Amino acid sequence: MSGSILRLDDVHTDIGQYRVLHGVTLDVPEGGVYVLLGRNGAGKTTTLRTIMGLWRARAGAIVFRHRDITALHTADIARLGIAYVPENMGIFGGLTVEENMRLASATSRFDRTRLGRIQDLFPAIRQFWDKPAWSLSGGQKQMLAISRAIIEPRDLILIDEPTKGLAPSIIRAMIEAFREIARDTTILLVEQNFLFASSLGQGVSVIDDGRIVHDGDMAALAADEALQTRLLSLSMAAHQ
Amino acid sequence: MRLSDKIAPSFERIGGVYALPVILMIVALPLVGSLSSWVTLTVAGLAMGMMIFLMASGLSLVFGLMNVLNFGHSAFISFGAFIAASVLTGLSAWVGAHSLGFNLLALFAAIGAASLFGLVAGIVFEYLIIRPVAGDHLRQILITMGALIVSEELVRAIWGDNPITVARPAALNGIFVIGGASIEIYRVFAFCLGLAVFVGLYLVLNRTRIGLLIRAGVENREMVEALGFRIERLFVGVFMLGSALAAMGGAMWAGYQGTITGSLGSEMLILITIVVIIGGLGSIEGSLLGALLVGLLGNYVAFLFPKLSLASNMLLMMAVLLWRPWGLKPAVKS
Repeated sequence: MSGSILRLDDVHTDIGQYRVLHGVTLDVPEGGVYVLLGRNGAGKTTTLRTIMGLWRARAGAIVFRHRDITALHTADIARLGIAYVPENMGIFGGLTVEENMRLASATSRFDRTRLGRIQDLFPAIRQFWDKPAWSLSGGQKQMLAISRAIIEPRDLILIDEPTKGLAPSIIRAMIEAFREIARDTTILLVEQNFLFASSLGQGVSVIDDGRIVHDGDMAALAADEALQTRLLSLSMAAHQ
Repeated sequence: MRLSDKIAPSFERIGGVYALPVILMIVALPLVGSLSSWVTLTVAGLAMGMMIFLMASGLSLVFGLMNVLNFGHSAFISFGAFIAASVLTGLSAWVGAHSLGFNLLALFAAIGAASLFGLVAGIVFEYLIIRPVAGDHLRQILITMGALIVSEELVRAIWGDNPITVARPAALNGIFVIGGASIEIYRVFAFCLGLAVFVGLYLVLNRTRIGLLIRAGVENREMVEALGFRIERLFVGVFMLGSALAAMGGAMWAGYQGTITGSLGSEMLILITIVVIIGGLGSIEGSLLGALLVGLLGNYVAFLFPKLSLASNMLLMMAVLLWRPWGLKPAVKS
């Protein structure tokens, strides 16, 4: 694997009076898909939001391409080349598909070649180009959210549970799309769907109760059912 | 199938909520009885609606974009009205001249001075009053109400306790008669100015990148920031624009009323709050619809049932909220 593009070093995050991250340390290598797995409430979304500066790290450091971004404003973090696809997709329903895409481009003009590739990857973007985004189905909205994240070249894309609530056929199309995107961009993917995650990820970390409890190769984790059971059932055991 | 479900398709076919002011006008015609009275009332209602739109649109956008409850918004209306009155008094030679050019120069100087005050005061108000209480609605209500009270006392300290008569430019002071209906020239001017501002706002919001950012920010502020835009800078711009529009509306309102008092701000606060609630938060089209309905209904009810005129706006708001709890045309929220 190549060098690290993103490093979280002992990051603690509070939401209100509750501490959600208790010292997350994570190394995301450059290139390919890196997966952050964990059960509901383990701290996956909080980790992504903390990286984006949407929730502030109370302690620890977040370093992107050797630059400390812990205290940067969300907009400045985005401008460094980090795109974010939140769990709720963050689509602007009152805007058209085109306006959603235009908003994410650095200027008001599109790189036509890039846009054409995205529309080939997600034909719904071309089909519903001038339609209001609220009229799209859940799967189409997810495609729009991902298209918006890649309309400009990015170094890193943070994607939060993209398969949630989607039909299996759409998930299969999504796997192909992510493989294509990961050729020139690093993806940090948060997932609960292990089959989806294991078909894409090269590296994996497992988070539980706000701490990283495992780092390693995805292939090794996929091959070791006992390890999967132990790691991905941790929360349940902890709550029993 | 419920009656409302049967009516809905036909209602949408004739324009949906956008048709409501027209429906109200049509319903009022047989009730008023006389065509000339109906025309006079309708023009007065449309003019009043456009001025209220100027005052309310900024409040709606500021709430939509930043979730800020600014009850101090009507302080800009009050100051705009008094500044315009002072400018018109100072330019009394132009105001009274028998020259349309000088009359319009005086009026535009008054509107310009009021709007400029709104722009400058807006940035100060945002920095000193709004920013320290960001994200806390209770403190926003308390501090902006306090700011409104202080501003009213400032107005009284500067312009005195007595009502002030506002000079109207001579060319806009008269009436013209069409088919027996008397129409005040000033009302037509107020309507045209309000319409021009609405068209300008609509074009900025729908045809420019800044407008795209504002519309997106109203829906989901956090996501706009995650796309790389500093929304607080945009908010300061929108706040200044909203304050300038409120001051402009106040300036026009001063000429419309002819006499203004220090309590103008708190009187208008109720009206613009009703308009913003009826129209739906964060929406310029909603504000225009709400303002036109309030203006038209207020005039028709004052003519038909004078004792109900004060209650008519409240009843309208209750009816709209029972039908559409989020208002007629709210901005889409993610």
